[in-house]
Amino acid sequence: MNEAAPARAAGVHNERPEFVREGELTKEFGVVEKPLTVAERLFNNGALRKVVLLLIIGAIWEWYARHLNNPLLVPTLSSTLQAFWEAILTGAMPARVATSVRLLFQGYGVGLLLAFVFTTLAITTRIGNDLLELLTSMFNPLPAIALLPLALIWFGLGDKSIIFVVVHSVLWAVALNTHSGFRSVSTTMRMVGRNYGLGGLRLVFKVLIPAAFPSILTGLKIGWAFAWRTLIAAELVYGAASGQGGLGWFIYESKNQLEIPSVFAGLFAVILIGLFVENVIFRGIETRTVRRWGMQT
Amino acid sequence: MNSMSPSQAPLLQVSGVTLQYKTRDHLVTATYRVSFDVYPSDRFVLLGPSGCGKSTLLKAVGGYMSPTEGTLKLKGQTIRKPGPDRCMVFQEFDQLLPWKTVKKNVMFGLEASGKLRGRAAEEKAMQYIEKVNLAKFADSYPHMLSGGMKQRVAIARAMAMEPDILLMDEPFAALDALTRRKMQDELLQLWADTRFTVLFVTHSIPEAVLIGNRILMLSPHPGQVKAELNSDGSDPADSQGKKLSERIHDMLFSEQVEEMGPLGALPDARLVDRAGHHAVGGPLS
Repeated sequence: MNEAAPARAAGVHNERPEFVREGELTKEFGVVEKPLTVAERLFNNGALRKVVLLLIIGAIWEWYARHLNNPLLVPTLSSTLQAFWEAILTGAMPARVATSVRLLFQGYGVGLLLAFVFTTLAITTRIGNDLLELLTSMFNPLPAIALLPLALIWFGLGDKSIIFVVVHSVLWAVALNTHSGFRSVSTTMRMVGRNYGLGGLRLVFKVLIPAAFPSILTGLKIGWAFAWRTLIAAELVYGAASGQGGLGWFIYESKNQLEIPSVFAGLFAVILIGLFVENVIFRGIETRTVRRWGMQT
Repeated sequence: MNSMSPSQAPLLQVSGVTLQYKTRDHLVTATYRVSFDVYPSDRFVLLGPSGCGKSTLLKAVGGYMSPTEGTLKLKGQTIRKPGPDRCMVFQEFDQLLPWKTVKKNVMFGLEASGKLRGRAAEEKAMQYIEKVNLAKFADSYPHMLSGGMKQRVAIARAMAMEPDILLMDEPFAALDALTRRKMQDELLQLWADTRFTVLFVTHSIPEAVLIGNRILMLSPHPGQVKAELNSDGSDPADSQGKKLSERIHDMLFSEQVEEMGPLGALPDARLVDRAGHHAVGGPLS
């Protein structure tokens, strides 16, 4: 191998002289780190950009509604906000929101628990794996709301029916993501866990769940969005059973009374809660976990 | 070499071990009737080209698979499953748990195995983190560290367990050449400090010669013992003036040519290339 060295030097163009720069290198390149201008820094702020977009959309809405001048079709932004504010003052809105959120929590909680049981079974046994794959491929595409008539027969008019469809909407999305997360945990990491004596549920809790957390979080987000829209839709369809309806019922009721600004105010509340959960709760979890751990950029 | 009294009992006894694993279509024999003994404070190297079953053998010692034939015994006890008396250091950087800081990663082994808890675990962890010179990074997360630092954390985690034997599966193979050199020296330094027993898998001849005091050479497809050599790290020349690394190289090289014909030289060249200094001026460098 060493005899290759002269052979390599032979055919090479070597007439270029070597050189080394003597003395100080130039200092005329200006500032190495130049701070950005205020405008540039403001534009780099994602939240600010979104707020600006939101204001523009709001302005277009207000302008269009005034131009149309038909509050039964499209009320103005200002009358929507006013209806929203009044609903809060009278206590109607907070009560409706509380009902919806309570139902959501119950359905979401049960859904997560079931998803955990299914995925744990699926990673520990082969038959559990087959079962989960079969069930998710069957039920994941099935719209939860389509189960509502059946739920009404089984559970009657009441919270139970709504919780049932919410569970259905959460369960498969979360189970699917968690399962694929578990399966993508590297063999090395599992081996590390087993090396230090972990097995069974301890391995699941100490290694698999944190290692699969990015996927699990995605599943939680999708599950939440499914649950929220299923809940509102279910409330719209059959409204108040136990005397106290949720947000969906609020929208439906307002429509029946032709209080269109209140319909918009109800939708506004749905959107606000959605934004809050996505941008405050889930974003908060994300920055504290997967981003901090460098598992997601 | 090492002053080793002949009366000393072997720590790890591998006798007549045949290892097989299943792929989708085949039952692959990874090693065939491999035997060797590792004594306390040995730096025992398993050396061979890809496909000689050296990593599979290490997994069997780790307890991740059981032999179809033969026995593996640690301190006279048959190895049946993974356990904290044999700590593994892997090649992959993802062996560190990304959701734990350096300190928590080292503590993880101690706490998961129930060896130590709380403050005691923390103190032990810090002691070994200092040994690998990472005290400044104790509260950093793995993604903030370089490859070499990650491997040092993995070594600290394994050593903090004070296992009977340390199992290292090409721990430096994914590092750049300079860092690898440095890590090899650091490992030897650590060994001089604590005299742990290590079973070290590598495909790099210079690494084997440098790290090992005893080198087991395996031939590929399936892995069989080809030779067991002593090394003092200085790559000494034998009576015919041939260096140890050259002897090893010739043994591996001749076999490849015999088995695979002229094309067989290619995987071997790659082997030598990755091994480090043999690659200089070589066909693939």
